[in-house]
Amino acid sequence: MKRILASRELLLLVAIGLVLGIISSRFPAFITLSNLAAVFNDTSPLILLAIGQMIVILTKCIDLSVAANLALTGMVVSLINISAPGLPIIVTLVVATGFGACLGMFNGILVWKLDIPPIVVTLGTMTIFRGTIFLLTEGKWVNSHEMSDTFKAFPRTELLGLPALSWFAIAAVILFTIVMTRTTLGRAFYAAGGNPHAAIYAGINVGRTQFWAFTISGALAGLTGYLWVSRFAVAYVDVAGGFELTVVAACVIGGVSIMGGIGSVPGALLGALFLGIIANALPVVNISPFWQMAISGGAIIIAVVLNAQANLTKGRIILKRAEHAT
Amino acid sequence: MKRRTFTSIVAGMSLAAGMFGTTAMAQDNMRIALVVKALGIGFFEAAAEGAEEAAGELGNVEIIYTGPTDTTAEGQIEVINSLIAQGVDAIAISANDPDALVPALKRAMDRGITVISWDSGVAEAGRQMHLNPSSTPLIGNTIIKLAADHMPDGGEVAILSASATATNQNAWIEAAKEVLPNYDGVDLVATVYGDDLSDKSYREAQGLMASYPNLKAIIAPTTVGILASCQAVTDAGKIGEINVTGLGLPSEMAGCVDSGATKSFAIWNPIDLGYSATMLAHAIANGAETGAGAEIPMGRMGSVTLDDTGSAAMADPFTYDSSNIEQFKSIF
Repeated sequence: MKRILASRELLLLVAIGLVLGIISSRFPAFITLSNLAAVFNDTSPLILLAIGQMIVILTKCIDLSVAANLALTGMVVSLINISAPGLPIIVTLVVATGFGACLGMFNGILVWKLDIPPIVVTLGTMTIFRGTIFLLTEGKWVNSHEMSDTFKAFPRTELLGLPALSWFAIAAVILFTIVMTRTTLGRAFYAAGGNPHAAIYAGINVGRTQFWAFTISGALAGLTGYLWVSRFAVAYVDVAGGFELTVVAACVIGGVSIMGGIGSVPGALLGALFLGIIANALPVVNISPFWQMAISGGAIIIAVVLNAQANLTKGRIILKRAEHAT
Repeated sequence: MKRRTFTSIVAGMSLAAGMFGTTAMAQDNMRIALVVKALGIGFFEAAAEGAEEAAGELGNVEIIYTGPTDTTAEGQIEVINSLIAQGVDAIAISANDPDALVPALKRAMDRGITVISWDSGVAEAGRQMHLNPSSTPLIGNTIIKLAADHMPDGGEVAILSASATATNQNAWIEAAKEVLPNYDGVDLVATVYGDDLSDKSYREAQGLMASYPNLKAIIAPTTVGILASCQAVTDAGKIGEINVTGLGLPSEMAGCVDSGATKSFAIWNPIDLGYSATMLAHAIANGAETGAGAEIPMGRMGSVTLDDTGSAAMADPFTYDSSNIEQFKSIF
């Protein structure tokens, strides 16, 4: 199992290297260190969301409300910023993460306690969240001159050469790599999606595990919500419209099985980077805008084919010999 | 907003009262639906405000402000179908697609509903008239002029549009390219598409700056694009080097004008646009002629004369800069 995942990530790394090679042949400045850092920074929101989405997909669920959660949380912190411009950034970060987590918990509760299929729950909350923004603002935008300077400057604050936005993505990758590989909760995510029946016998509460997956996804979406609106210095109903599908695409390309149970943080990271590099490269290599969708779509189909191949070797009878021995 | 003085409103009211005195007697309110590309866009909210103003002047008019939650033709077709079911008297629509809406709007006209399009047009078969906020050649000229005004020695400019299929943006860009030879030294090097998404537009603006180091101006004829470009130029530390201009809303652009990233930009008055669309829909629903050459009054905005395609232009775009942004940013 580990070997398949490792080779899958290697494959992605090769693909990313290949893409970078092709781009640099047309636009050499793309692979300078400063530009790659800018690309990573631009992809950071996608990385944060892809990690949350990966955890949800691991448990056989899907969270289609991430982009709407991002937009709603972004709007809420923007409105808070208008009424209390002097609020320290740390409070804004805590509020954003906490509010996003609450929205995620709402999804989680519906999935856990009412046993509604996650795709239906999150399809509903996606509309509810965007609708709530509309109710909060009556469709009005929060613009850059209404936000305080500290609020806007934070994601751009540089630390050791990288903006804060990038550091959040790096921190999330490290934190969740540890959580997924070294904690019982992390292993429970794999167990709940990989084989729910066996997970129950192993004493894992599948519903509660799914609830925590949605909470983590919501918290990351909320955090990204603040980073997003402050980076682009504008908050409105359609912020990150359709972004949930990009997030799911990043996961699928990163080798996360849509059937649950298979996936890793490095995989999600690489899947997000792959899409981020393509999105950033197409403007400078002068390709028709229609190609971007075609390329992302092609990558998804290839990824799904590879996933199906990987899943073929999944089932193994491990107690055959023991059966004969008795 | 000088036009919105008390006297002009009174003049408009008396004009309206004179023209439609007979319908004012009618018992039922005339219901005019203002269908927009998507709810939640500042421009259309302002248009709805203008429509309400027109309704107030006309009296006995109820405005139904509606639209889909995202900018799709499918969403608008659903909205149109529900308006037909409600039996409204007139539909004034800003279309997400010129052709896809035609069958639904034809059905509305078959039921005796007056259909006009405004802002973003519908094909001729699907409406009785179309009100352009301004004329396409005039807007094309304006967006180039905005850039040229602030680059006396000429230089490279690029256009950052909405989606590659957006009806009105494409028409403006075509018109802009036609007048380009009139501006000596202004060199249009690229046209890119940000799909009206903040993140994609920001990325495209970054791409322009990377691909064309001598770029002097980014022209974005779309509100999301101009804001994202302004932010990208600010983040790249190129305020003063690259002027971001185009079409935007004063309330949204105030920050960019303050920071100096945008020296000037233009937009017609959406309040006037919603007002005029409502006045025209009301006049046509009351039997005004809509053939080529027909002249239809629109209250305080004067009147329009329809061309061969049943279209008309409302007024010139208006330029906003640091001298008047404070006054307008609280209006729309």
